[in-house]
Amino acid sequence: MKWDEFFVTGDPLIYGADVSIGLTVIGLLFYLTYFKKWQWLWKEWLTTVDHKKLGIMYIASAVLMLFRGGVDALLMRTQLAVPDAKFLDAQHYNEIFTTHGTIMIIFMAMPFLIGLINVVIPLQIGARDVAFPYLNAVSFWTFFIGAMLFNISFVIGGSPSAGWTAYMPLAGNELSPGPGQNYYLLGLQIAGIGTLLTGINFLVTILKMRAPGMTLFRMPMFTWSALITMVIIVFAFPILTVALALMTFDRLFGAHFFTLQGAGMDMLWANLFWLWGHPEVYIVILPAFGMFSEIISTFARKVLFGYKAMVWAMVLIAAYSFLVWVHHFFTMGSGAAVNTAFSISTMLIGIPTGIKIFNWLFTMYKGKISFTTPMLWALGFIVNFVVGGVTGVMLAMAAADYQYHNTYFLVSHFHYVLIAGTVFGCFAGLVFWYPKMFGYKLNERIGKWVFWLFMIGFNVCFFPQYFLGLDGMPRRVYTYSAASGWGDLNMVSTVGAFLMGIGFLALVYNIYYSFRYSERENTGDSWGLGRTLEWATTSAVPPHYNFAVTPTVEGLDPVVAIRNDKKEVTPKLADIKPIHMPDNSGVPFVMASFFFVAGFGLVFEWYWMGIVGLIGVFITLIIRSFDKNEGYYVSVDEIKETERITV
Amino acid sequence: MFKRLRPFFALGLMLSVFFLGGCSNYIVLDPKGPVGAQQKDLILYSIGFMALILLVVYILFTVIVIKYRENRKDMSNWEPEQEGSKKLEILWTAIPILITIALAIPTIKTIYDLEKPPQASAHKEPIVITATAVDWKWIFSYPEQGIETVNYINIPEDRPVEFKLTSADSMSSFWVPELGGQKYAMPGMETTLYLQADHKGKFAGRNSNFNGEGFTHQIFDVNSVSQSDFDKWAKDTKSKAPELSKKQYDQLMLQGEAKKMTFSSTHLKWVDHAKDRDYAVKTRERLGVVPQNPHGSKAKDANKPEQDSHGESHSH
Ligand code: HEM
Ligand SMILES: [Cu+2]
Ligand SMILES: [Cu+2]
Repeated sequence: MKWDEFFVTGDPLIYGADVSIGLTVIGLLFYLTYFKKWQWLWKEWLTTVDHKKLGIMYIASAVLMLFRGGVDALLMRTQLAVPDAKFLDAQHYNEIFTTHGTIMIIFMAMPFLIGLINVVIPLQIGARDVAFPYLNAVSFWTFFIGAMLFNISFVIGGSPSAGWTAYMPLAGNELSPGPGQNYYLLGLQIAGIGTLLTGINFLVTILKMRAPGMTLFRMPMFTWSALITMVIIVFAFPILTVALALMTFDRLFGAHFFTLQGAGMDMLWANLFWLWGHPEVYIVILPAFGMFSEIISTFARKVLFGYKAMVWAMVLIAAYSFLVWVHHFFTMGSGAAVNTAFSISTMLIGIPTGIKIFNWLFTMYKGKISFTTPMLWALGFIVNFVVGGVTGVMLAMAAADYQYHNTYFLVSHFHYVLIAGTVFGCFAGLVFWYPKMFGYKLNERIGKWVFWLFMIGFNVCFFPQYFLGLDGMPRRVYTYSAASGWGDLNMVSTVGAFLMGIGFLALVYNIYYSFRYSERENTGDSWGLGRTLEWATTSAVPPHYNFAVTPTVEGLDPVVAIRNDKKEVTPKLADIKPIHMPDNSGVPFVMASFFFVAGFGLVFEWYWMGIVGLIGVFITLIIRSFDKNEGYYVSVDEIKETERITV
Repeated sequence: MFKRLRPFFALGLMLSVFFLGGCSNYIVLDPKGPVGAQQKDLILYSIGFMALILLVVYILFTVIVIKYRENRKDMSNWEPEQEGSKKLEILWTAIPILITIALAIPTIKTIYDLEKPPQASAHKEPIVITATAVDWKWIFSYPEQGIETVNYINIPEDRPVEFKLTSADSMSSFWVPELGGQKYAMPGMETTLYLQADHKGKFAGRNSNFNGEGFTHQIFDVNSVSQSDFDKWAKDTKSKAPELSKKQYDQLMLQGEAKKMTFSSTHLKWVDHAKDRDYAVKTRERLGVVPQNPHGSKAKDANKPEQDSHGESHSH
């Protein structure tokens, strides 16, 4: 390999990125050294096993990835704004939509949700941490390293360009030569380890670590949604792991699982991909459903309408999510019987979803609705998500799908569910639980600006795309002719995309502004309307052990009961006992770094480097196995001091 | 709060008029053959139900959000403990089930219909055309007429066409939106798609399944002509167009775009890509074309199609 192939060259955009990446790194190194922050970084963050801190790091990385994926989106929309534009060439456009899709789903949506789950769920079930805090750190660092590995493809070696679906044989060596596709395989594989571990970790946490009295049917809806999501993860991710491994064998070792030559089966990839991919869609929507349930109930000041129906609807959705994957390729010609079966199974999944919409509406019925920012996102979700939902049902009708498939109708549909569902949900959850994480609210006035800018921009961007689809505009084309007549709607769409970009900048500004000027909270229930246990902590930001005394639960919405009965939340001195907590560990971070070395080596087929990295990973596993450290106790005195109990 | 929203409602109303007003201008909703027409009917039928669902949700939403806002005067109807209603929940489970049934029946009927030649012309024998996708062009063979074209086809109007779809390399999708929905063309496989044009005309066809750098320009023309014009064209082609040489065909196997071409013989005598899935890849190897990293130094001049330099093909 020559150096000119190692660093991506020949494009001013890339040189710009090189320079800005270089400057950022130098700036960071300087900041950490000059302000003597290295130790702080290592002790407080890189080695932490605290679910709240890991959650915050997940969210911060996800926001960063939202920025990266968003820039990709704006580049594409710029290219498509007018017919025959020369801003990006075909190869460049293909790389950008591939990285955009992959980053948004794998490195933005999922980590954002997992981050919120990390911060909130242990608190919500009255636990001190997750079941396996060390594993939780491994999850985060493998995700983070996977994301970084995928992202550097932009400047080193070249990005993948076979779409986030990476269909074979296109993604094979013959049709996608170079390291690009290897980045996809290894980045996703490494990050996938983290996701699978998260699935197991939270499954156990939710099943085994709930506060006394919290029966399954007293769990908050967000906890339910997380539980069901984890079940889906545990069943779906191994499929991805295997599929990625097989394609890696094809590309690196000349195997023929999916290739054109040998007895490769390209369709097997499509089937495996969507067998994971459709459940994945529910992995990124169910937690959002859970958060909206909490937020709507909180700000409508009412118990959730049809709690049990909501739970069963989610269970049904989870089960069905494994039975609909063929709707992603109705046009494969599998025959009328197959298409009929999958048409029906897909339409059926719309029913529990519809039930949930009505339950949310009727949670507000006879309520007392306050229009806070999280609630605005939730209301915006209802209004926009149904558009995604009904167009989803239209796509489920196989005979009609032959005309929608591979068009902007589909692009619009999945952005209506992914943005109005997942992204609105992430923003809603971020604003809602922000005081839990940092001890102050995000500014509400700026927050509402963010909402309106983003929501309107979103509709201006994506609504016209349904019509572009009906007018025959295929997805993934890098340009189109003036004669096609698609110019006007594309221009509208691009304007909307930039409005969303401004909305995102406003969000970032809000984070800065609130950090500077927001009033600091001094109770654990900053909205004054909290219903679930995370709002029952004594201080705004829970101490590392979460609860001085494990709460007991007597029904749904325990905090409402506390508020109504005017009970005291301050723990009684007599109840306080020493608390056992796990030690920090640098091993997960080091292990993930070795994963990076291994992944990078395999991307370039430098096997010595791959082996060195894997040996490093193995050594960290051994170190952990012989680690006798069993944590430490937080003394009663320290708890007394933290909780400001003066007796 | 709601006064401020009014302009948005107005805007929404205007937008819907703007979009739906031009309804019949959208290609898929203005089909030029019975297959597309059947799909259009299904689409419009479903849009009706969807509009109804949206209407119900939006009306409920608006009423509830306004009526139960926090700063209303009369707070007597605030019931924080009201947690469900069997009747309502059964209602909104039953109605979606009914809607699903109402959508499923015509869907299934259409799925089965589209597997056969259009009913309207059941009495006419379909004309067979094999369509082979090769990065990034379409090769069409008329086995009965013994002729072959690249990137365009002529078809007789008002007669079903049976497309036999396959691919020499990447998975592609054969789509002529004005005539009807798409179907995949896959290496080592054959799929069948029936289409028909009601009248004379020229329609745009393309590959709609992403397959790499030349994807956007992998398009072809469909010319619908009268039966007699078609017969004459087929006969003329058979007698006047050059024969397709194996060498030239192998050049077509290289990745790249191609001009329109016409030949008096087909490639089917050498290779059927539906049975021989790696013919193109092997041909590339044989001709010494090595796949190049698009960011590598050699990428810029590698893999350029060479057939343009051959004088034999005549373009339209
Ligand atoms: C911020 C606003 C966004 C804009 C303006 C935007 C725009 C786009 C565009 C222009 C494409 C390429 C369409 C094509 O050429 O076929 C695309 C594809 C895609 N987007 Fe987005 N997008 C946005 C947000 C998101 C989010 C939040 C997600 C997921 C959570 C997402 C997931 C995807 C996926 C999966 C694809 C398909 C990629 C592929 O074809 O391989 N997008 N988006
Ligand atoms: Cu799906
Ligand atoms: Cu196939």
